[in-house]
Amino acid sequence: MLDTNAFDLRKYLQGNGQSVGVWIALVVVVLFGAMRYDNFTGAYNISSFLNYNSMFIAIALGMCFVIMTGGIDLSVGSVVAFTSVCVAYLSPYGIQVALPGGILAGMAIGSINAFFVIKMRIPPFIATLATMLGAKGGALVIAGRQTISVDWTSNFTKFGMENVGGLLPWSIISVAILAVGLWIVLERTSIGRTVEAIGGGEDATRMMGLPVDRAKAFVYILSGGCAGLAGVILASGFGAGQPLEGVGWELSAIASVVVGGTLLTGGMGSVPATVAGALLLGLVFNILNFENGRGVISISAYWQMVVRGMFLFVVILLQARVSRATKKQGV
Amino acid sequence: MSDFDWKRISKHGDKIALAVLLLINVLITPNFLQLQTLFVNISQVATIAIVAVGMTLVIATAGIDLSVGAVMAVAGALAPLIFLSDFAQANPALGLTLSIVVPILVALACGLFNGLLVAYLGVQPIIATLIFFISGRGIAQVLTNGNLQTFNHPGFSYLGTGKILGLPFQGWLVVVIAIVFWYVVNRTMFGRRILAVGGNENAARLTGTPVRKVKTGVYVISAGLSGIAGLIVVAINSASDAARIGNLMELDAIAAAVVGGTLLSGGRAPIFGAILGAVIIQLVKYTLLANGVADEVALIAKAAIIVLAVYVQQGRKE
Repeated sequence: MLDTNAFDLRKYLQGNGQSVGVWIALVVVVLFGAMRYDNFTGAYNISSFLNYNSMFIAIALGMCFVIMTGGIDLSVGSVVAFTSVCVAYLSPYGIQVALPGGILAGMAIGSINAFFVIKMRIPPFIATLATMLGAKGGALVIAGRQTISVDWTSNFTKFGMENVGGLLPWSIISVAILAVGLWIVLERTSIGRTVEAIGGGEDATRMMGLPVDRAKAFVYILSGGCAGLAGVILASGFGAGQPLEGVGWELSAIASVVVGGTLLTGGMGSVPATVAGALLLGLVFNILNFENGRGVISISAYWQMVVRGMFLFVVILLQARVSRATKKQGV
Repeated sequence: MSDFDWKRISKHGDKIALAVLLLINVLITPNFLQLQTLFVNISQVATIAIVAVGMTLVIATAGIDLSVGAVMAVAGALAPLIFLSDFAQANPALGLTLSIVVPILVALACGLFNGLLVAYLGVQPIIATLIFFISGRGIAQVLTNGNLQTFNHPGFSYLGTGKILGLPFQGWLVVVIAIVFWYVVNRTMFGRRILAVGGNENAARLTGTPVRKVKTGVYVISAGLSGIAGLIVVAINSASDAARIGNLMELDAIAAAVVGGTLLSGGRAPIFGAILGAVIIQLVKYTLLANGVADEVALIAKAAIIVLAVYVQQGRKE
């Protein structure tokens, strides 16, 4: 795994200061954990860590694209809950039906966001706040306010519970494929370039004749689809569709994207750095759990929210400094 | 129907919506025309209205405050901790005063934090206030260990259950707050500056408006009002549950402000519009609740209202 990272590092050393910082921080945190805790590098911790965080990587990737266009998608947490319920109902037909079904359900909500933002011209955070409510309500309605148990006899739960080679869960493999695909889309395709251009200046991009509306529709539907994938992982990994899960996940996703160096004002963005940001945020919690287990500090679930907020705060401070420095250079 | 008519209808959309809601309720909601119904609605609309006033000021500077619900939770969790403490039992009057003053001061400090991030670090308002949106409720739950605090304290409960001239205390509080901030917006330098910052920030800066101070100010006000609203919620329930105080309040407050005619792009601060918006939001909630519509369906309805209100408003702008 380290070999592929080394390639990224070299590329990012050249232009993107914060991205390098994320990778360094990631390595430091991993080394710290490996030295301090016995089971940190054990197969169980690695596979469960990757399995759980694959959901956060997925929604962070979608969020990264939305934020690059200068938008935001607050609905992802609810969409995860909604699709987890949908796929719980689809689980008897096996993962080959549930996986595309869940992704499509997420994309459906994503297209509602796209319609609100592009056709009705509602500001993204209001539009996605509304779908956040709507998707949560929808999840509760179709689930009848209960968690929906999945079908354990089909191959559905293998997706979230079985590891390939005893180490890599299917979930992280699917998310890794997604990440590579999106990396190529962003760096090598015209729609990726349009996405980056929109963040730089929407009007200018429109005047250049680039398909702004199509690219914006793409990012919201993509974000919905990524949340749909996370919903499939949630349902298959925990054996249930959970209408009340996903609260606050949009914040984790935003934090990961920001840590990855994507400017919240849009424009610049990086797929690998977003993955690194999500991993870093996940590792912080992983390490807190280990500290908890050692009895050094006692961290209730409530502290997790506080830590998440502080994490975002620190990143924002760093980014404010970085963007001010670049502004000074520019002007 | 000509274009002219449509414009006029959308201009008075909030009043028409209110009239339609009242009519529907008179027709279908049992016991709607009772004094008791009025009291229930006044006591519940108060918190939305108070927070919506602060939200209106923030939105008028082209900002947004997502932290209002979390700040309510912090204030609401603190108050019982203070007046149930041994110190307050020994000094009841001082204890009661502190249990109102300290949470509001803490709320103001949260607002200062938001304001400094937005005004001095240039962080976008959504992101800056997201920090407390996430961690504020966590802090409130850490303070109370996640426990439900119940109490029997007539002095503090007056905030939520007291009556003046037969009407709930918090209803009067809304009236006072609305008048004060209407005066601030329309008759003071600070008010003009709020609108100037929201209208065109660069122009405001060039004409010597202290943009940063104005921005910081509106976040402090918004948080302070949220703190008051948090106290009222706790007083109404005679109980404080950090997980639930002010939950989703940011949505209600934004919806109230938008329905009341505040432009999300800034530059307008219709205080009484926000109060009217809050009444409409409360009536929608009440209508759904009183007619046995499930909570989750009510969520979807609320989402639709927000989208519709903003959409109508976009049309108004053009």
